[in-house]
Amino acid sequence: MATTPAVPSRTRAVESLSTWRRGDRIALALCWAAGIALCLIAAAIVLYMLFKGIQTLRPALLAERPAEGASQREAGGFLDPLVGTVVLTVMGTALAVPLGVATALWLVEYGRPSWLARAVESGIEVVAGTPSIVLAIFGLALFSQTAFGFLSFTAEGNAVFGRSFLIAATMMSFIALPLVFGSTREALQAIPAHVREASYALGKTRWATIRRVLLPSIRPGIATGSALGMGRIAGDTAIVVVLLGATLRLDAVGNVPVLSTLRGTGSTLTSYVYNNSPAGEGNAFDKAYAAAFVLLLVVIALNFAVDVIARRGSSQWS
Amino acid sequence: MELTPPPPVRRIVLDEPPTVVAAPAGPATAATPQAPAVRRRTAGTETVVRERMRVERLSVAYDGKAAVREVSLTIRAGEVLALIGPSGCGKTTLLRTLNRLTELTPTAQRSGSLTLDDDDVDALDVTELRRRVTMVFQQPNPFPMSIFDNVAYALREQARRRPRRSELAGAVEHALRRAGLWDEVGDDLDRPALRLSGGQQQRLCIARALAAQPEVLLLDEPCSALDPRSTETIERLIVELRETLAVVIVTHNLQQAYRVADSVAFMFLGELVENGPAEQVFGAPRAGRTRDYLAGTFG
Amino acid sequence: MRRLVRSTMSDKRAERMLGALASVVLLVIVLMVVSVVSKAWPSFAHNGLGWFGSGPNVDHQLADIFNSPADSSHYVYKLSAWPLLYGTALITGGALVIGLVFALLAAIFIVEFAPRPLRRVLEPVVRLLAAVPSVIYGLIGVLVLVPFVGNQLISTHRKESVIYVVQLSGNSLLVAVAILTVMITPIMVALIVVALRAVPVGWREGSAALGVNRWRTVWTISVRAVRPAIIAAAVLATARALGEAIMLSMVSGSVGFAPNPLDGLTFVFEPTRPLAAAIVEGAEGFSVKPYGQTLYAFGAILLLSSLCLSLGAHYAKRPLRRFGLTP
Repeated sequence: MATTPAVPSRTRAVESLSTWRRGDRIALALCWAAGIALCLIAAAIVLYMLFKGIQTLRPALLAERPAEGASQREAGGFLDPLVGTVVLTVMGTALAVPLGVATALWLVEYGRPSWLARAVESGIEVVAGTPSIVLAIFGLALFSQTAFGFLSFTAEGNAVFGRSFLIAATMMSFIALPLVFGSTREALQAIPAHVREASYALGKTRWATIRRVLLPSIRPGIATGSALGMGRIAGDTAIVVVLLGATLRLDAVGNVPVLSTLRGTGSTLTSYVYNNSPAGEGNAFDKAYAAAFVLLLVVIALNFAVDVIARRGSSQWS
Repeated sequence: MELTPPPPVRRIVLDEPPTVVAAPAGPATAATPQAPAVRRRTAGTETVVRERMRVERLSVAYDGKAAVREVSLTIRAGEVLALIGPSGCGKTTLLRTLNRLTELTPTAQRSGSLTLDDDDVDALDVTELRRRVTMVFQQPNPFPMSIFDNVAYALREQARRRPRRSELAGAVEHALRRAGLWDEVGDDLDRPALRLSGGQQQRLCIARALAAQPEVLLLDEPCSALDPRSTETIERLIVELRETLAVVIVTHNLQQAYRVADSVAFMFLGELVENGPAEQVFGAPRAGRTRDYLAGTFG
Repeated sequence: MRRLVRSTMSDKRAERMLGALASVVLLVIVLMVVSVVSKAWPSFAHNGLGWFGSGPNVDHQLADIFNSPADSSHYVYKLSAWPLLYGTALITGGALVIGLVFALLAAIFIVEFAPRPLRRVLEPVVRLLAAVPSVIYGLIGVLVLVPFVGNQLISTHRKESVIYVVQLSGNSLLVAVAILTVMITPIMVALIVVALRAVPVGWREGSAALGVNRWRTVWTISVRAVRPAIIAAAVLATARALGEAIMLSMVSGSVGFAPNPLDGLTFVFEPTRPLAAAIVEGAEGFSVKPYGQTLYAFGAILLLSSLCLSLGAHYAKRPLRRFGLTP
């Protein structure tokens, strides 16, 4: 009885541009130009780094330690900076996650008194907006006090050096903190009210609900935030330049096995690249490109991980 | 298709006879409802009704699933055409096809012919078509601007060069008067439109549509989100508008269709089941499905 | 809901513990402002308002501060930092203006006009551009763009025309603003796209149904509706631009020169030295007390600006939150 429609004549509105005013047509062209420009710029950056990276990266570079002197031209790789990046990223994120999750939990689940909640929310935004160079000099000012001497190297005359892995990682955690906080808060707010109400109806306290019900289900959100934070920490240079000391190689302080390295100075991929560029003294542009290529791969991998985690976690409550 | 008779009603047995509140003796009080004011054009009046849009074997499908199947009807200026039918019967899709709004959905496919004043709708530029065939939506959607800017919006966009406020004031007032909103908002047109009540917002949307001097006005369940008093105001307005425009109204409220329509089209599952003057469709429906729908057998 | 929940001892203790951890953020901010400003104070105190003025070569002044004699009564603090402030403002302002227009057009393109495959490419592209570390932007800038500008775009004639005042080497305002624009545009695009997508579909349909074309609909309805988001995006981008130290120190020339608009086109080729870059470049000098305090003074200005901007963005986003248009 019912006949299927004849072959459709048109599937999309074809709005002819001839009725548009000239200004509108120019605006449309500019919009297209902006979109295409973004794609071209991104492609140019990625392709150029890929090209230069393949040209300059040798596996040996990843395994060798940097040369002793200032000039990096002749020999040496960037093993120490690579280790430095990994150490800082992991430590910085490890410090940021408990603080960020706790702050988000408090804000969403409790949030009293309300003036404090609003202040904390603004505070996180202020930290997010603070330039990392300012965080760096704050760290220097804070940790140069003798009270914090145990965190780094103390020279004769009681001058605390104020620069070490521990100190740099502490300040790096403030870079990751707003990202972890934001993702955790979003994940918490996405949990529908009936989940919490069901738990309360069973007689569980708010804290037990948080521990048993909410925390397990926001794990993807925390993971997303951590990956975002790691990406930002891995890419930051200013804090490294100021707070990690200017030594290319890991320079431990004291005798305790792991702690001495953390109390010591070193470098990361970012400071290695900075150093070997015309802005620094290493004067080895090729090595700079190689290290930059590795750094870009790390950052892209972390961002890709964020996408994967977010996609897997997002269908939870739908 | 034969419809099965409705299932028998279960009666609850009471121990005692049910109490009934006796109607007050005496003349009917103001509370008793009067017969609905029927506003359609009475049969036999001499008004010339001009044909505006013709729909011939129109089919619309979303991603292969048919929503409207081979519908043919005529829309005339000077009368109100009501599209009635149960939910999902395709009446809203048909309405939105009349001003090619379905093309905002990428998966929509259309075949068949649609003409406005004997011009094929596809030959016209879509923005021109939409200026001549405007639409008012179910949910009032005034723009986040002042009342004046809302009504003047279409005028400003249509003009070659940006008209000044003094030039627009007359047209804005005229549109607001036609919509029956001038008395309520005329004193301060710079108020934000979002602060108006629901009924006022809907009348503002009608005024906005009228300001563009359209030839056909499409209304998609305009009163479903409104209270009875606003509904009555808007129904009165629709009847006034039909003098100059062709009005097509989609409604799931049979009483409303009964009140305002001059011509009724009943749709079911995408097909046009019956189409004709209101007295005939409501009074003596020819198709069995129409009879069943009007009787409330399904809805 | 809160009053109905059974509140036991552990609940209250948990609330207090979490609240204390949450307040660490506020403590850190207070500490940061106090320590940076207190370390910066001597530099401001010794110069008064002249700190912000212009004077003889600021690079020489910084060198003098660095070479201060060792005893504290003879510390040198004299500084007129106007060229640094001016350079910072130029670079930030230029990147902001160009970036905002660029971001708005790109956001409209993504939301309204991009064909589906292109849209699916653009979203990761924007995220990628936002994620690239600033040192990589700087590296490409200093090894590719700067030589290009220095050798191809700046003629020898132009270099000679200003040789007595400043050397033109390709490290310039032009490259700095160009790269900084690319760095801050993705942030703005992301924010504006989210806001544009949240504009109620009823408004856009209503405008289309009145016969208004797609561009005019987007411009007069959607963009108008998301003006708070555009302001918030601009404020956040400004904060990012002000704080950019590494890329600018590689690319902007590290010369404390105030580019002169009266030089005509040469203006964009002149080098400068923004505040954040100055701190990074001077990082080795923290051990010299007055020099360190001068660097802290730069930091204090950056800190106070970013504080004002962050709070400004917070308040700019408030009207959006009320209509449910942003998180």
